[in-house]
Amino acid sequence: MSQTTLIKPSDDVAEYLRAHENKGLLRFITCGSVDDGKSTLIGRLLYDSKLIYDDQLAALESDTKKHGTQGEKIDFALLVDGLAAEREQGITIDVAYRFFSTEKRKFIVADTPGHEQYTRNMATGASTADLAVILIDARRGVLTQTRRHSYIVSLLGIRHIVVAINKMDLVGYSETTFNAIEAEYRAFAEELGFESIVCIPMSALEGDNITAKSAKTPWHNGPALLPYLETVDVRGDAVDKAFRLPVQWVNRPNLDFRGFSGTIASGSVKPGDEIVVVPSAKRSRVKSIVTMDGDLAEAGPDMAVTVTLEDEIDISRGDVICAGNAPAEQTDQFAAHILWMAEDKLYPGRQYLLKTANRIVSATATELKHKVNVNTLEHMSGKTLELNEVGFCNFALSAPIAFDSYKENRKTGSFILIDKRSNATIGAGLIDFSLRRAQNVHWQDLDIDKKARANAKHQRPCVLWFTGLSGSGKSTVANLVEKRLHDLGRHTYTLDGDNVRHGLNKDLGFTNEDRVENIRRVAEAAKLMADAGLIVCVSFISPFQSERRMARDLMADGEFVEVYISTPLEVCERRDVKGLYVKARRGEIKNFTGIDSPYEAPQSAEIDVDTSDIAAADAADQIVEYLRERGYLSV
Amino acid sequence: MSEISSIIERAKSAAESTGLSVSTVSRKLFNDGKAIARLESGGQCTLKTLETAKERLAALEAEAPAPVGASGSTSPAATGEIISKQRMTHLDRLEAEAIHIMREVVAETENPVMLYSIGKDSTVMLHLARKAFYPGKAPFPLMHIDTTWNFRETIEFRDAVVKELGFDLIVHINEDGVRQGITPFSHGSQIYTDVMLTQSLRQGLDKHGFDAAFGGGRRDEEKSRAKERILSFRSPGHRWDPKNQRPELWSIYNARISNGQTIRAFPISNWTELDIWQYIYRENIKLPGVYFAEERPVIERDGVMLMVDDDRMPLDGQTPRNEMVRFRTLGCYPLTGANQSTATTLPDVIQEMLLARSSEREGRVIDHDQSASMEKKKQEGYF
Repeated sequence: MSQTTLIKPSDDVAEYLRAHENKGLLRFITCGSVDDGKSTLIGRLLYDSKLIYDDQLAALESDTKKHGTQGEKIDFALLVDGLAAEREQGITIDVAYRFFSTEKRKFIVADTPGHEQYTRNMATGASTADLAVILIDARRGVLTQTRRHSYIVSLLGIRHIVVAINKMDLVGYSETTFNAIEAEYRAFAEELGFESIVCIPMSALEGDNITAKSAKTPWHNGPALLPYLETVDVRGDAVDKAFRLPVQWVNRPNLDFRGFSGTIASGSVKPGDEIVVVPSAKRSRVKSIVTMDGDLAEAGPDMAVTVTLEDEIDISRGDVICAGNAPAEQTDQFAAHILWMAEDKLYPGRQYLLKTANRIVSATATELKHKVNVNTLEHMSGKTLELNEVGFCNFALSAPIAFDSYKENRKTGSFILIDKRSNATIGAGLIDFSLRRAQNVHWQDLDIDKKARANAKHQRPCVLWFTGLSGSGKSTVANLVEKRLHDLGRHTYTLDGDNVRHGLNKDLGFTNEDRVENIRRVAEAAKLMADAGLIVCVSFISPFQSERRMARDLMADGEFVEVYISTPLEVCERRDVKGLYVKARRGEIKNFTGIDSPYEAPQSAEIDVDTSDIAAADAADQIVEYLRERGYLSV
Repeated sequence: MSEISSIIERAKSAAESTGLSVSTVSRKLFNDGKAIARLESGGQCTLKTLETAKERLAALEAEAPAPVGASGSTSPAATGEIISKQRMTHLDRLEAEAIHIMREVVAETENPVMLYSIGKDSTVMLHLARKAFYPGKAPFPLMHIDTTWNFRETIEFRDAVVKELGFDLIVHINEDGVRQGITPFSHGSQIYTDVMLTQSLRQGLDKHGFDAAFGGGRRDEEKSRAKERILSFRSPGHRWDPKNQRPELWSIYNARISNGQTIRAFPISNWTELDIWQYIYRENIKLPGVYFAEERPVIERDGVMLMVDDDRMPLDGQTPRNEMVRFRTLGCYPLTGANQSTATTLPDVIQEMLLARSSEREGRVIDHDQSASMEKKKQEGYF
């Protein structure tokens, strides 16, 4: 290992800078469980690469006295555990990025915690890494978490693994122990398809096999960690793949210039190359590759460029400029692996925002095919995905996107899911394959059912059945409830005597038979509306138990909410808003409920409101609260 | 640009694209290996020599392939092999990443701004912003939170750079703080920084309704920054919640915000101090003069050497003495420690940095106020 970044005063700085300007970059992730010594390892790498300056060291020494777990020795972990809260707990709780460099390479290390609940952090760190260092405590061997870490890094497309068998000092640098762990790991990792696995016996605490081979493990034929990281070839074949430029920004400073800016996802491009735009399928040729440092003769993967074309074709952010002979696929339905990162579960049917490299569309998980047990790799069935779970899902999008499978291209095969309301990033997706041929864009064969309709409205449909005497305040309360729900952005409808008696039911009178038929029709109409995903307010006297039960039985479980407006007859009669009681008492109206026709009060209404006790507005609030508490207003 | 400086620049880029050393190019153009270096340091030549050199240079340029890689570094002639053989260097990658982030934020937010502190990191960021949107102009203004205690030299530099590069600049001063007479001397660094930087930043962002602000923070500066995301979100009160950060995967950045939230975007998160200096050197980026050693009047306070930049500095009976000093970071002059130095050129400064045995934030008085102080400040809305 290079003593490197420090140079003697007599050295020529310009020479030094030239040498260091041409260094490569390696991004890697370290994974291990709580006590495997990850932070110690990274602290050791920083320390040994001499990038820890004296004052940081001084601060470190005082920190060690306060929080240190290593007695009198320097606690390297304190160098990398950043946030105050976790320093108190002694656990790394998030992804931390660390940097060091040697003569040959600059390194960016994502330090991620290992316990199960932080799977999402590991996925975050792995998504930009080319190599993973998986720590194993030599005393404990391959554990469940080792399998989990290995699966997650393989899922995220990391092809190169270093298995750091740490704490060898605690097993007496035993070759047998090391060999047993290596054999077990290789056997297990076979199905994960890594390109290379290198096992290194080490002690991060003592510095064995970190920067140089240790005399304590003469039996180890492989490299020490740092020399290996300095030389391992992780370049992959991005340059040999088909050209992809996801357009981020259309650069149009004036009428004479129209360039398409983005970071090349794969392949290379030269002026004159034929390109095709996905999804528009428009074709042209590259005119120039523009940068502030001059036009380029060729550009390759990961370069941030601006391309101009020979023809004026319509391209906007979200399009992908592809090699003319090998365009990306496009689809609005695909199957993907999802890693769920939020407390709120993934529900099939709910709508999310899906963001690819350069585009946001609406997306619904139409079906969760299976979950993957990240510890055993077994497939399990499930209806939802919870925080830190991995699932294999079908997705339907609101518009087609350009994509490649994640295995083929990490840049054009990945996406994140965003919660529509909180805007939080809640899932990470890796596209496996399209569910239809690119050309056949059919929306219609998606099964749109009640749930899908309701999910699109972010609510659970239900029928609020307001029953009570004439003048009890049913319609007043129902109207207020609908207004409140509308303000909350919910989708509603109110069925009452006014809009039903004059149309659908205008052939019905007020005999008991007609009242029954009236309620039957209203209940059926309400059912259709609930099927459309609406929250329906039904405001009818509906005096008979049996009709209300009939209506209840029509609806799915939990969908019928009986609201009994129990304002007493005397109060209703005193109000007599429409003058009906007076007429009924005079015998001018027959079969008037409460006067000469019975009202059967509900025995077990979900909600009971007496408007002689409380104001209509309070009653409405109470009902909306009921809906909110029981989850009707959020899906 | 004068004819001589233009020919020097062309000669250098010809050297890069042909893989020849500058002295070889110099010999080819002027029959003198040291001619370019001499012209560069202010030397003269006859018009005839210049004409000959231009002809020879044009011939040389015609032979050389166009540069490959954003850096325009060396490239063999057979283009088919260039990309696969020549990988991007770490600086190329960092540059591309920063450009990607800037384009993404600009595409996804309504009203972005770039915070310009005049320091080396934000000056590098400015350079990257030009590259990101070239040949267009960066589609956002710059905002400088002026504490009124900046080094005078840096303000001159700011105005010159902004004018030269054609940026729109907003200068925000917390006038309330000025009226209340809050200075580093009267109220101590903690209150002063809170009022004139943290609160002033919030005021400036609120006043113009910016929903995203680019900042030059780097993860290697400080432990709490190591865990901050590239896009970092602030609640309507500009507070940071380090425990509730959005996961950031691949290079897909979620820039969606709810009402009143704002974004701090850190395009150079993954750069180290050394990367910054290497990049400044490679790209030939101009820096404020205070980064370079010069005789400056200083006094010593609590073991830190401070420059007496103007007569507002209470001397408390001390007499400023002239010292060859420079500054490793730029803050407010009463809070920024000077380092004794003889580094008057960029390579000198870099050499000194490489040899330095104390990290750059040491010179900043504010970080030492309390343990984990940066994390606390950031939670309260410090950038």
